[in-house]
This record gives sequence, structure tokens and C-alpha cells, in this order.
Amino acid sequence: MARPFKLPDLGEGVHEGEVLNVLVSVGDHVNEGDPILEVETDKATAEIPSPFTGKVEEIKVKAGETVQVGDVLMTFSDTEDGEAKPAAEAPPKKEEKSEKMEEKKKEEEPEKEPEKPKEKKKPPEKEGEGPVPASPATRRVARELSVDLREVSPSGPGGRVTMDDVRAFAEKGKAEKAEEKAPPEREEKERPEARPIEEKAPEMPDFTKWGEVERVPVRSIRRATAKQMALAWSQIPHVYNQDMVDMSKLEEFRQKHKKEVEEKGGKLSVTVFALKAAATALKQHPRFNASLDSGAGEMVLKHYYHIGVAVNTEEGLVVPVVRDVDRKSIVELSIELNDLVQRTRERKVKLEEMQGGTFTITNVGPMGGGYFAPIINFPEAAILGMGAARMQPVVIEREKGKYDVVPRLAMPVVLSIDHRILDGADALRFMETLIDSLEDPEEMFMTMT
Amino acid sequence: MVMGELSQDTEVLVIGAGPGGYAAAFRAADLGMDVTMVDVEDRPGGECIFRGCIPSKALLFLADLLHDAGRVEGMGVTFSEPKLDLDRIRDWKNEVIDQLADGLVTLSEKRGVQRIKGRAIFESSKEVRLQDSDVSRITFRHAVLATGSHPRPLPDRPFEKGSRIMDSAGALELPDIPERLLILGGGYVSLEMGTVYAALGSQVTVAVRSDRLLRGADPDLVEPLFKKLQEILSNIHFNTNVASMKEKENRVEVKFEGDVDKSEQSFDRVLVAIGRKPSSQGIGLENTKVKVNDRGYVDVDEKRRTADENIFAIGDVAGGPLLAHKAFREGKVAAEAIKGLPSAFDVRAIPAVVYTDPQVAWCGLREETARKEKQKIEVVRYPWKFSGRAATVGLQNGVTKIVVDPDSGRVLGVGITGRNTEGMISEGVLAIEMGALAEDVGFTIHPHPTLSETLGEAAEIFVGSVTHHLPKKREK
Repeated sequence: MARPFKLPDLGEGVHEGEVLNVLVSVGDHVNEGDPILEVETDKATAEIPSPFTGKVEEIKVKAGETVQVGDVLMTFSDTEDGEAKPAAEAPPKKEEKSEKMEEKKKEEEPEKEPEKPKEKKKPPEKEGEGPVPASPATRRVARELSVDLREVSPSGPGGRVTMDDVRAFAEKGKAEKAEEKAPPEREEKERPEARPIEEKAPEMPDFTKWGEVERVPVRSIRRATAKQMALAWSQIPHVYNQDMVDMSKLEEFRQKHKKEVEEKGGKLSVTVFALKAAATALKQHPRFNASLDSGAGEMVLKHYYHIGVAVNTEEGLVVPVVRDVDRKSIVELSIELNDLVQRTRERKVKLEEMQGGTFTITNVGPMGGGYFAPIINFPEAAILGMGAARMQPVVIEREKGKYDVVPRLAMPVVLSIDHRILDGADALRFMETLIDSLEDPEEMFMTMT
Repeated sequence: MVMGELSQDTEVLVIGAGPGGYAAAFRAADLGMDVTMVDVEDRPGGECIFRGCIPSKALLFLADLLHDAGRVEGMGVTFSEPKLDLDRIRDWKNEVIDQLADGLVTLSEKRGVQRIKGRAIFESSKEVRLQDSDVSRITFRHAVLATGSHPRPLPDRPFEKGSRIMDSAGALELPDIPERLLILGGGYVSLEMGTVYAALGSQVTVAVRSDRLLRGADPDLVEPLFKKLQEILSNIHFNTNVASMKEKENRVEVKFEGDVDKSEQSFDRVLVAIGRKPSSQGIGLENTKVKVNDRGYVDVDEKRRTADENIFAIGDVAGGPLLAHKAFREGKVAAEAIKGLPSAFDVRAIPAVVYTDPQVAWCGLREETARKEKQKIEVVRYPWKFSGRAATVGLQNGVTKIVVDPDSGRVLGVGITGRNTEGMISEGVLAIEMGALAEDVGFTIHPHPTLSETLGEAAEIFVGSVTHHLPKKREK
């Protein structure tokens, strides 16, 4: 009896993904929880675990294909030992610490994996001590590929091992060895066909009239970004509030504690302070930690503080989320943020780690940027952009009427707001709270919760 | 080096140019290796071409024809008594042998296989010296031992050329048509030669030590043959030994012990066909690392390599069923292994055919073996009295049976008795090698009306869809 496996719902607003790798072959025996596919969705790579214990009957997708939630990915048949057993919870997102999605390198056993039956050695048992049924040519191929027929899952009738079974077994052995060495290289993947990003896209002129052009399909992260930005821009009227932050005191503080944090495995960056300052400001200005549900005519005020941090990767902009920023110490945030950013750059961040944000920070400072106008991460209400801190001449009032121009470390910041639920005055007040925290670390410690 | 000594060097030395030897030599040459083949005869062919398979089948063709000519009288066609020109029969048989042996010479030359006449004896794992040859020594990288086997004589009585007590080779030379012929042994050589001589006009007595004929075949397959042999042979004695034999000028006096009414009888000729022995003695194997078991067969692994890394052994000298086609496959495996290919002799079924009429053929798991070892099997039998084709030739004395694994439905063994089973058994071998199920054989359309159809219908008895026979009532 063939059991189909459909692509499960992958999370907020994610309806499709691109198949990166098919990890099994027809005829393979898999246990519930074994990874069977790698799918890139939105901005993360997800390993899809097998929902059943059974034998792969048919694989309906291949690397490079785009699949929609609900598409049948593969079908399974019952193993000879009994019924194919479906997982209790199929969608990966339901498990917070989804052990099923652990990399193969990790040593922990997935929680729900049942006992692995020794099925691969089964067929000879039933016939007494007969040899494994396989045609002479199949046996020759097995010898050439150094495959022991007894280890191969047979797909032929009555437990016969076919040539395809042997080849697939040999391939899997090779693939497993390759994966242990390095993550899958993107260049090896098939280029999928280009698909429309918008249903009702405007007509393009014929560019070839003017010279040579090259058409490149827009896929995965670029594609997701294109869709997301178009949506944010079309839904949210943006208003920008620029300002400058005197980072001198904070920088002193940072230098003082940098080494101590490094020893603990973290990186004490400006962004870490920004996270903490933003969380404080969000608590004091709840409408910045909200979403407008224009359909319901309601503002959704969130009582949790998960802040996304924009990370620039080779493939494009990816925004992993740090959860419960308000409940974590600077040291904890330093460690967590460092780890998140590393993993994001290595494309090892999980889909759920990019979901659930209430506010976003995008710091282009390390790359040397100045003022810019960031686009809000729909459906959030605001976004904070930070530029590079530079020594700037700043006017300070030494005493009434007496001014000095002093060099200070100044960092440009920009706050974009959703003018449907936030006004300019709100923005100014939010910025005041934020900038005060950053300019005076002691103040931050006094007031932060 | 002694004056006048001619020594050669080669990559692959094949010792024995019988079926195994020449198959190995040809394969090795086709794989690009330098091959030298040594044999005591001046042409390749060995026992099979000169003293076995070929001459016996030529004579059996005539025997069948003579028998058929006689039996069609009931069908309305009457022939007069045939005239037998023994010299012409002998010459024709030899012409057949020559044609095939000459063909092998041509094939050897076309492939660049160097042929040397002589008897090779190992001096070491890398060198042989030759007796009765133009060449005195050959050094080699690899050797393939294919010296075969020879007929086993009675314990105290080695074979002598020209004697009235013959071995199979002697019998095939057709010295004359003895009025009374005694054949010792109940195997295929006895029965085939008995069939030939009976057709030529001898009164044939077969004396068997055990209680049955063709001990290597299932009794139910032998039964139809036994019925026929009882008609054409004068006597078949079971549980009978020869106590003594005395050769006189024009007869042999034999004293029996066992199930014979008359213990002292005399015959014109005696054929001793009690088995064969491997030809592994006197060829210098003690100078190599080759191991020989206590029955004289050479120990080999899956690639047919002996305990000596440089030396392979194939065919009769390596044991197993003493069959030419087994030697063919082994020869190729050895050649491929020498070349470094991942070959192995991992066959699942080797067919055997007895060329009497009816013929008996079998392959794979025998019913008798399975039952003795308490292996779970199911057997389906299709008696030839239900075969349309068998009826058209008046030869319904036959049966086709398949041994099936009851759980998987896989074909484990096939046994067929009847005319032309030689043409049908290969389907059984293929089915077993492929791991086919009885279903696969049954659902394959076999042409009608043929004898091969009986195989399809037997399979369909198992499956439940048989037409010209009642299906088995099986519990599902």
C-alpha cells in the first residue's frame, strides 16, 4: 500500500521551497525521522525527515525543483515486516528543539526513531540459507562496486535485488561519504526553470533590441527577498527618522569587556548593545512591537521580544531571530548572536530560527555604511538601521553660551516606521529611549529590564 | 641450460586443451594476454571432443533414429530392417570429431594462442617442464590447470588398450557390435552407451552396485526412463557387484555377487563405467603450493584460484559436477580473474542432461536433496500425458517438474524427463539465475504446441492458472 508524503506547512507564510537534495533512492528502507530531502525555503535550508518507517517506492521530485506545500514528494510502501508507521507529528516546526532535523554529524539519537529493524538481511532468512536472489549481471555489478548483496534493500519481487538497487546502494554510500566532508556545494545543483515572482507582472520591453542580454532565473533567497520587499513596500507607508549616536562611552565599555566575552565564546559587538537597547525601547513603546492586521482591523501587540538581525550572506540577505532578548544578559546575547551569524553565513540555520521576529535591526556599520533607508520586515512595524561609527566633529556646550567642537565617535542610525500605526512623534520618542541607552551604558543598565 | 633445450616464456599457461582449457585460453587471449596452451593431443578438444560428449551424441542420434524408425510402425509407417555399416558409422563419427577439433585449431590460431603438444609437469610455481614435446620448459606468470579427469577402473584392473574390458573411450571407438555386452555402473555413461549398443543390436546387461539408476537425479525423473530401458536392455541388475572377471580370447567370464539369478555369465565385451577420477597425479603439483584434497580434486576459491597464487584450476580437476559447460564458465572466470576483473564462479544452477530417450535433465535444487535436508519446498509436476505436443510424437512418457519456494514463490529447481529436454532445461537455469518466481515462468507465454510449454504449465500449476491440468488446491 503506497503512502504519499506531502510537503508539510513550513511556517509563517512559507508556501514553497526548492528541493536542494534528495537524500534517498527508490527502494531504500528508511526509518521514521531519517532525513530524506533537503529543501530551501524562504531563507533557510530545512532537512525534511521521513514521516514513515518503510520503503521508498517512488520519488516525485528532484534537486532543483520548486515544490509547494501539499505537493506529494515521495511515496512509501510497507516494509515486509509490517505496516509503514507514520510519525506522530509530521511538520518539523512543531518541535522546538527538533531533534529530527539535527545534522548527521550530531550524536544524539532522534527522539521518535523506532528501533531499527534488521530488515536488510531479511530475504535469505525466509528461504533457509539460500543466496540473495539476483541475476548474474546484477551480481557482476555488485562485485564491481564492492557491494555486499546482503546489505542491499531488494526492490524486486520476492526479495530479488535488482541492478538499480545495487547501484543506488553504492551511490548512497558515496553520497554519505561526501556529505561528511563538506556541506553540499551549490554549484552542483541543477538550475531550475525560472518562475514568475508575481502573477500579474508588468510587461518588459525587449532588451535584446539594444544589445546582448543574459537571462538568469531568480531563485531561492533572491527570489524570497524580491517577493518580501515587494510586499513590504506595497503594504507599508514608510517614514524615516535619522539621528546620530555618540558611541564614545559605549565603545570604552565595549573595549573593557570585549576580551572577557570572547573568552566565554561570544563576540561583544555594537549590535549586541543595539539589541538590548532596542528591547528596552520596545518595552516602553509597545506599538513598535506590533503588527497591523488590516484585514481584521486590529493591531497585534506582542508580549514577547524577538529581534531579527539582518545578515548578509553570499546568497543574499538572511534575517535570523534572537528570541527573548529582554530576558538575556549581554554576555548571553553576545554568545548567541555570534553563533547565529556564523551559522547563517554557513547556511546552517534552521527555518524556525528565522521566524517569529517582532522587530529587526540591520547594521551595515561593519561594511562602512552611513545613513540609509531600510525597508521594514513585513509584518513588523519598524526597523532600525545602523551605520558605521566614525570620528566626527561634534559641538558640545561646555557652559552656557560656550561651545566646543570635539571629535566624538558618532554612529548614524535610521528608524523606519509603519505610518499606519506609528507617527513621527512616536518615532522621536522611541529614538530618544534608544539613543539614551546607547550613549550612556550606565543608564542602560539602570533602566533595562 | 642443456644443449638443444628449447625453453619458452608466456604470460598465461593453460595446461590441458579440453573444454575448460580452451575456453580459458580463448578468453585470456580475447582479454589481450599472451597465452600458451599445452595438451597431450595435437589438437584442442580434450575428452569432450575426442572421447566423450561429441562422439556419444553422434551415436545417440543414430540410436534414437533407429528406435523411432521401429516404433512408427504403429503409426502406419513401416521400414524394413536397417543395414548397419559399422565402418561408415565410425568414420562419420570421426568426421564430426575432426570438424570440431579443426575448428578449435582455427580459433586458436585466429586468437594468437600458442599451442604446444606435450605433457606439462610443474617444477615450481613459475615453471613447467614438458615431456614428449619439442619444447622442454615453459616459464609463466599465471597458469590454468585444466587436466580434467579419466575413467576409473576396477580396483585391481587398470584399463588396457585393445582389451575386451573397455572404458568409455574404448566403447566409443566401436570396435565391433558385441552380441552380449555387460555394462558396469548405473550412471549416464552406462545408460547412454547401453542405449547406443542396444540400438546397434547388442544384448545389453547393466549391473549396478546400488539400488537405482542415475543416483544423481530425483527418482521420479528416472522412472519414465527406467520403463523405457527395461524394454530395450536385456537385463538390469541392481545391488550387484563383480566379484571377478577373466578375459579370454573371444569373451569375458564374469562372476557376479548380488541380485543376479545366474552368478556366472560370459559376455563378448564389458564396459566399465563406474565413475571418473581427477587427473591431478604425476604432474608435479607437489612442487607448487597447490593443495589437493583426499579425493584428488584441487582446492580452489571463488575465482578458481588454487592455494598457489599464480595457479588456477578449472573443470573436472577442480571437482564439482564433471560437466563440460561448468568447465567453460570456470575457464572464463579464471581468465578474467587473471586479468584483474572482478569475476567469480557464483552460479546458482548448473544443468545436467542425460541423452538417453527419454532424456533426463535437471538443474538447481533437487527435490530429493531438499527433502533430505528438511528444506521447505513445494513441488509441482506436469505429466506429459497432458502435453499436446508429446501426443503428436507419441512420446508421452515424460514429466516436467519445478521445485518452488513456498513463501516467495521463487523457482529453486527444475527437472524434466522426456524427448528433447536438452532444449528445455536452459529456461530453468535462467529462471533460477535471475531469481525468477514461478509466476514469471508461468506468465511467460510458451508457444503451443511445444514440449517447452510443459514448463510454463507446470509453473502455472503453482500459480493456480494452469489450463491442461487441474490446479493445485493451495491454502492461502
